[in-house]
Amino acid sequence: MPDTTVTNPRSNQPADAHAAVYRYDEFDKTFIFERVEQFRAQVERRLKGEITEEEFKPIRLMNGLYLQLHAYMLRVAVPYGMLDSTKLRRLARIARVYDKGYGHLTTRQNIQFNWPELKDIPAILHELAEVDMHAIQTSGNCIRNVTTDQFCGAAADELVDPRVYAEILRQWSTLHPEFTFLPRKFKIAISGAPNDRAAVQIHDVGLIARKNEAGEIGFTVYVGGGLGRTPYLGTKARDFVPVPEILGYLEAVLRTYNQLGRRDNIYKARIKITVNEMGPDKFIGLIEEEYARLPRQKYDLDPAIVEAIEQHFTSPPWENLPAVSEKFEAAKAADPAFARWTRSNLSAHRAPGYAIATISVKPIGGIPGDIEAEQMEAVADLAERYSFGELRVSHEQNLVLAHVKQDDLYDLWLGLDKVGLGTANAGLISDIIACPGLDYCALANTRSIPIAQEISERFADLDRQHDLGELKIKISGCINACGHHHVGHIGILGVDKKGEEFFQILLGGDATNTAALAEIVGPGFSYDEIVNAVETVVSTFVGLRQQGERFIDTLARTGHAPFKEALYARA
Amino acid sequence: MPVLDHGREIEDRWTDLADDAALPAEGGVIVSLERWRAERDALIARGQPVGVRLKSNQLATELADDLAHLGVVALEFPKFRDGRAFSAARELRERFGYKGEIRAFGHIIPDQYQFLTRLGVNTVVVPADRLGPAWAHALTEISIAYQPALQDHGTVSLLRRHLKPEVQG
Amino acid sequence: MLVKAKGAQQSITANRLIDGVAVWLGAGNQWVEHVADAAIFEGEAIAQALDTAKADEKRQIVVDVYPLDVEATPEGTRPLHIRERMKAIGPSVRRDLGKQVTGPTPAL
Repeated sequence: MPDTTVTNPRSNQPADAHAAVYRYDEFDKTFIFERVEQFRAQVERRLKGEITEEEFKPIRLMNGLYLQLHAYMLRVAVPYGMLDSTKLRRLARIARVYDKGYGHLTTRQNIQFNWPELKDIPAILHELAEVDMHAIQTSGNCIRNVTTDQFCGAAADELVDPRVYAEILRQWSTLHPEFTFLPRKFKIAISGAPNDRAAVQIHDVGLIARKNEAGEIGFTVYVGGGLGRTPYLGTKARDFVPVPEILGYLEAVLRTYNQLGRRDNIYKARIKITVNEMGPDKFIGLIEEEYARLPRQKYDLDPAIVEAIEQHFTSPPWENLPAVSEKFEAAKAADPAFARWTRSNLSAHRAPGYAIATISVKPIGGIPGDIEAEQMEAVADLAERYSFGELRVSHEQNLVLAHVKQDDLYDLWLGLDKVGLGTANAGLISDIIACPGLDYCALANTRSIPIAQEISERFADLDRQHDLGELKIKISGCINACGHHHVGHIGILGVDKKGEEFFQILLGGDATNTAALAEIVGPGFSYDEIVNAVETVVSTFVGLRQQGERFIDTLARTGHAPFKEALYARA
Repeated sequence: MPVLDHGREIEDRWTDLADDAALPAEGGVIVSLERWRAERDALIARGQPVGVRLKSNQLATELADDLAHLGVVALEFPKFRDGRAFSAARELRERFGYKGEIRAFGHIIPDQYQFLTRLGVNTVVVPADRLGPAWAHALTEISIAYQPALQDHGTVSLLRRHLKPEVQG
Repeated sequence: MLVKAKGAQQSITANRLIDGVAVWLGAGNQWVEHVADAAIFEGEAIAQALDTAKADEKRQIVVDVYPLDVEATPEGTRPLHIRERMKAIGPSVRRDLGKQVTGPTPAL
């Protein structure tokens, strides 16, 4: 049983001392513990009947607490996906003590627990606060956890470290007095690199870092993106907002939305509807008017604060290493299974001799994103041994160790494999995003996890998966689209048909810089037919593909017709 | 109906006047935006304090030219989830420099009280059966504010150092 | 997604406030933990049962009270809609968790 205060043998510091996570100061700590006590009092008032469920619901939601089908569900914020080993061990403890021994990684880079009791929530929140964590604003009609690129701080193409700005936005949005009772939830994503790995165009506001002609850093701002029952890609509101102006600009966006967003119909309350009903030009014009009126001296972001926050996200002390590791090359040559893992689960690191490793939380036939307490502890150990005690949750429901020496990769993989986390499938057909679906969710129409499991089993052969190449399947159990089916290469949407489960197939979605919304290919399939239908789509691709083409490349070249024909011609 | 100021019940010097109610001879009245527009001159000529209540779908801009005449602007929460009044309060203070009383009425929960005061709302109307210690307590539960306060003229670089709960002036 | 009950035979379900556990209104207006034991109401009795359940919501015993369509089977009360069967069973992907562990549950 690992101790939570494991120290690095080379120093007296905790083993995760170099993890690039924001560390609370006394003010943050005061705030977070006050917030826990506030919720403790609110729970007491609720249990005594001093507040009604109608009034308590938004309060508990603002603290991450849902009521699902079988039980309450607590969604813990993982700020922009960043964790250290201390935090992960605490999550493991919470899973074991207050829940049923596991947690679930979400597409919002958070982790949720499916079985907590209301009476225990204040104690859980207190335990989280002890490790600089909380569940604030992981639900409710407020500004949610800001998400970003899971390779931040390590990717070679990064212009700015998005965590600095994500943390500034986290603090700015925390209990924002004006924007806590918005028409609907509000999600912000930020990419520090021109290659968007944070899917910013499907968020209420998306920010992509760029430089202007003068060499100043700023952000391109997209507004009004989102999935759900009416999917939209974001509209570019401003090509360039300089860093010092970004908070003021966001104040203007939020104020315009808070005043004009629809409140008569929950399905039309997101900013994407307002933007598109009003017309993007008009809405963006109103934002600009509001921004022009703001007292700039009050909202401008002083470079000194940016620098202060940057100190929390300094690069860990990478060693000077040769670009090629002989040990790594030898291990690949000796162990084909490891070599296969390196082909799918590694990404280029900016420092020579290092690599970014994606830990697949999608074992063949497993529940996408579910992780046992013991696995969390094993990953915490591995993170300390091989990646400065730091790790990330990706929006694809995986974990990432961002700073692994190539020399250590083989040992890391052996360690992962031992606890069922060494699957060589990142980005491949069995690396499926799936929402919790009807197995847990009170809103779902159909299950989505077992569909993911069956597809994963059907394509269990990893050599076959590698041969198919990058192929992103995303499954939602209802129209709310938590499983991002609109941006899957193959999207699957569960619908209710007279009380039974039915599934539609969508093709051609993309959540990257070339963002595109998938289109429904035709009539839906029953629970028993859907996996065969997916295999038909895949076989059609294999028959059509040309040298080097990925699934979406072939689809873009051929269009939907051959796939449609293969799916429906027999009928 | 009871009115809270700084968490304590105060004597209300305003009469909330329905559109079809006769003007009293004496004392301050709060009228709807529609009545204000219809009877603006008479209400000013009356020489008594006057205020206007805004429904949640009526923006603060509607009163931009009238604020000098108004002793109070009352913002309605038809449902506590309807947060438009938060922006209205901020606009009244920050954009229009309104110095008079801002009050909130309608369906408000104690957990919103501190947000309201931070945005410049002075008074909250609370039905008698919903009074209780939760209101005063709500002003002190959280002592840290991450955002610039209404009264601050410093920059947002103080993001993390706005420590005091904004005591409304 | 919650489906409106409209059949002749209905039961009443909710979740317990304190721990969120799914419950159904059983004999003698007691909340029971397995759908098989849920009382079946017809006609005017449905509205009366709903009133009883809502009163328990006001007394901080349960939350999220609503009626669901059911049928009587030899194994007990069975929900007609898959969502309600799932609520009565537990996660189909974790047979080791939920109602299916502690008692008889309807087939999915």
